[in-house]
Amino acid sequence: MTVTLLPLQEMIRAIRSARTQCEERGVIQRECAAIRAQFRQADNGGRSHNLAKLLYVHMLGYPAHFGQMECVRMIASPRYSEKRVGYLGAMMLLDEKQDASLLITNSIKNDLSNSNQYIQSLALCTLACMGSAEMCRDLAPEIDRLLRASNSYIKKKAALCAVHIVRKVHDLGELFTKAARSLLTEKNHGVVHGAVVLITELCERNSETLERFRKTVPDLVQIMKGLVISGYSPDHDVAGISDPFLQVRILRLLRILGRNNEGASDAMNDLLAQVATNTDSTKTVGNAVLYETVLTVLDIKSESGLRVLAVNILGRFLLNNDRNIRYIAMTSLQKIVGTDHNAVQRHRGTIVDCLKDQDASVKRRALDLSLALVSASNIRSMMKELLSFLSSCPPELRSQTASGIFNAAERYAPSQRWHIDTILHVLTTAGGDVRDETVPNLIQLITNTSELHCYTVHKLYRALLSDISQQPLVQVACWCIGEYGDLLLRGECQETEPVQVTEDDVLDVLETVLQSHMSFPSTRGFALTATMKLSTRITENVDRIRSIVSIYGSCIDVELQQRAVEYNALFKKYDHMRAAVLERMPVIEKNSQGHINGETIKESQTVKVKPGDLLFKRLMHSPWLNTDLKLMQPSTLSVFSVVATVTVYEKDGVTVTLSCEKQSDSGLTVTLTASNSTESDIRGFTLQAAVPKSVQLHMKAPSGDSLPARGAAKVTQMVVLNNPNKVQLAYLQLVSEVFDLSPIFYSFGSQNI
Amino acid sequence: MQFMLLFSRQGKLRLQKWYVPLSDKEKKKITRELVQTVLARKPKMCSFLEWRDLKIVYKRYASLYFCCAIEDQDNELITLEIIHRYVELLDKYFGSVCELDIIFNFEKAYFILDEFLLGGEAQETSKKNVLKAIEQADLLQEVRYTPNHSHVWQI
Repeated sequence: MTVTLLPLQEMIRAIRSARTQCEERGVIQRECAAIRAQFRQADNGGRSHNLAKLLYVHMLGYPAHFGQMECVRMIASPRYSEKRVGYLGAMMLLDEKQDASLLITNSIKNDLSNSNQYIQSLALCTLACMGSAEMCRDLAPEIDRLLRASNSYIKKKAALCAVHIVRKVHDLGELFTKAARSLLTEKNHGVVHGAVVLITELCERNSETLERFRKTVPDLVQIMKGLVISGYSPDHDVAGISDPFLQVRILRLLRILGRNNEGASDAMNDLLAQVATNTDSTKTVGNAVLYETVLTVLDIKSESGLRVLAVNILGRFLLNNDRNIRYIAMTSLQKIVGTDHNAVQRHRGTIVDCLKDQDASVKRRALDLSLALVSASNIRSMMKELLSFLSSCPPELRSQTASGIFNAAERYAPSQRWHIDTILHVLTTAGGDVRDETVPNLIQLITNTSELHCYTVHKLYRALLSDISQQPLVQVACWCIGEYGDLLLRGECQETEPVQVTEDDVLDVLETVLQSHMSFPSTRGFALTATMKLSTRITENVDRIRSIVSIYGSCIDVELQQRAVEYNALFKKYDHMRAAVLERMPVIEKNSQGHINGETIKESQTVKVKPGDLLFKRLMHSPWLNTDLKLMQPSTLSVFSVVATVTVYEKDGVTVTLSCEKQSDSGLTVTLTASNSTESDIRGFTLQAAVPKSVQLHMKAPSGDSLPARGAAKVTQMVVLNNPNKVQLAYLQLVSEVFDLSPIFYSFGSQNI
Repeated sequence: MQFMLLFSRQGKLRLQKWYVPLSDKEKKKITRELVQTVLARKPKMCSFLEWRDLKIVYKRYASLYFCCAIEDQDNELITLEIIHRYVELLDKYFGSVCELDIIFNFEKAYFILDEFLLGGEAQETSKKNVLKAIEQADLLQEVRYTPNHSHVWQI
């Protein structure tokens, strides 16, 4: 049975003319089968083009691993055509992770010493492309030999092969150091280029080597001078620049050698100035050299004059028509904006203009730089630009822009009002992209700017009227309306035009938020609390508030329901406390952990019942509870006083009560008592408690683990809590396997319960 | 350089040269993602983009995208020049090169690349020298082939 094989180009044609994927697969499967058969046969002179066909098929994405051994065989062939394709196959099919790659080590070794340089070249190329660490160790001495004694064609390849070896096996760098040094003196550009790359690699790996190679700075400077000044060299010329590839590599090596070293930096100063001034910048190739020069100048210990020159080159790049050059300029400026801030500031205008560029990468660079350039003196104008950028920037940059604006505003805000306005502007434009802590941060800012309460609440009210979709904005607005609703209703305000707002208007807007499908549950929580707070700030529509609150008492959302129920309780049972509970929040100081501390305690609140109020108030309308203090679900059940025992659970005949006794300034003993009034015993009853990390908990053994029926006996358990850090607000959460207990909140500190 | 990819506007791979060890699966994944990313770019956009932790430099010549992945310290602008030099070499070798030349003579494209870059770095900065070396190697190949298969081997 003869298998007809298509020649390589015929096969390619056949594959390309396949009309469907299926057809293509058919052709390929046929060919691969034939190729496999051919591989198994003895040498028939057509091996190289069979392998070539397989490599084509591999490039299309089809499996070709059965060709690996054929590569190994071809590499060992005496025929150049077969070796050539064999090595190509090795580079494509065999990477260092394959076991088969080791099998070619010997062939490579032999070919490295072949009398024909093109065969040596194949071996060098393959080793440098896919040589594993083991292969590199094996063949390193060979490479070293070639570095010293061969022609330029081989030397230049051996140098780059050495680079690969050093990358794979760092220690072998030592081996090549001497040879690398001497290669620098050669005339052949390819060899010098290879030597420079090798020396760069060696210096980057080993600081001692770097020290030794510093001595080569004068030589490198000489070579560069030769390239820059000498006449036209047709072989290496690119648009009037003599061997830009070599120039760039030398500049990069100089950078490494001059870094942190005065002597070396001095030695190259003049040269760098010369290159910076004389290089033609009309074409990309010239700019490539200038770019590398600038990078070097800025990284070594250069003279200030030279630095200014470098930054000016970047400034010129910023004005270049070529978008690539502008991008490069900004990347470089970003690196030095910290150290050469003033120099970069001079180009602020151009950088800000780049915010309007069409390309997203350029925009991103411009944004980074613009944010870095914001300062107290330019904050107003910069913020205008940044805010206008925010409204039109690509979605992936919005979050970063918003954060950047907030940071800048916090650091350089010229006035409180400006600060608040800026944040509000961001929330209106990009409310969905701001981080969670923006809401409490803004609330804190507003609270602390008491002279602007009236202005702020008016502004937020107006914002709510036009748009209730941006959640962070709505949350802040609700909070403010709840807190400063009275100012809103008063109508007059110093900073804005007066507007008549009735109580109904305000309640309308809060109800809209409550009912809107766009509102998050947390937002609705804010709205409900705000509505409740207004009950002490308005005079005529308290009944309306009462009815809203009672409606939400049967809301599906458990969180909202709980709040409504508690507010209802506030109306019904604790109406005498309502005013105190809902009064204006004091100035809040927030530390980084989100704990509330430093609150002032009023004299009158040392009475038994009042501490609960403070606790209640804080939990009810603290903005932090929805965000930072994620552990704290504000579902406190009851207000409890110092000495009375509190019932924390009462359902289906099981009652759990809690009483506490202060032991010391930071310690408290809590006694839990459980009883069972049902007809049957409850067995396996256990209580577990959890507290925040800052509080230490020690649960003593319970008196028993079953609750006898009909209240025959009680089970008690003592829990010792220690609060060494005097955390003001801590919680005690009780859980039981038998039933669910809501978390109970406990307050420590001077208004200790 | 970590790798170079050549692909058509339809995303078909025409050449792939990898200078870092990666499994076939990883190479395929990278290729697929990168090709998608580059093809999504609009014509006037920057030739540079940041992708994973690499810098990508790409340029379109007629129907082919030339795409290189370089490292942080590498010079993007000179990489554009390297791409351009490679295109010039192909052009000189094939005589006004087009995508079809690279498809039907892909192994030649590789041989040329391997005379220009070695281990991801430029080995010869003179266009003339690269072309001379290729010429010589081709001659060597010619001299060494056995006569029986003249109908299959096309030079």
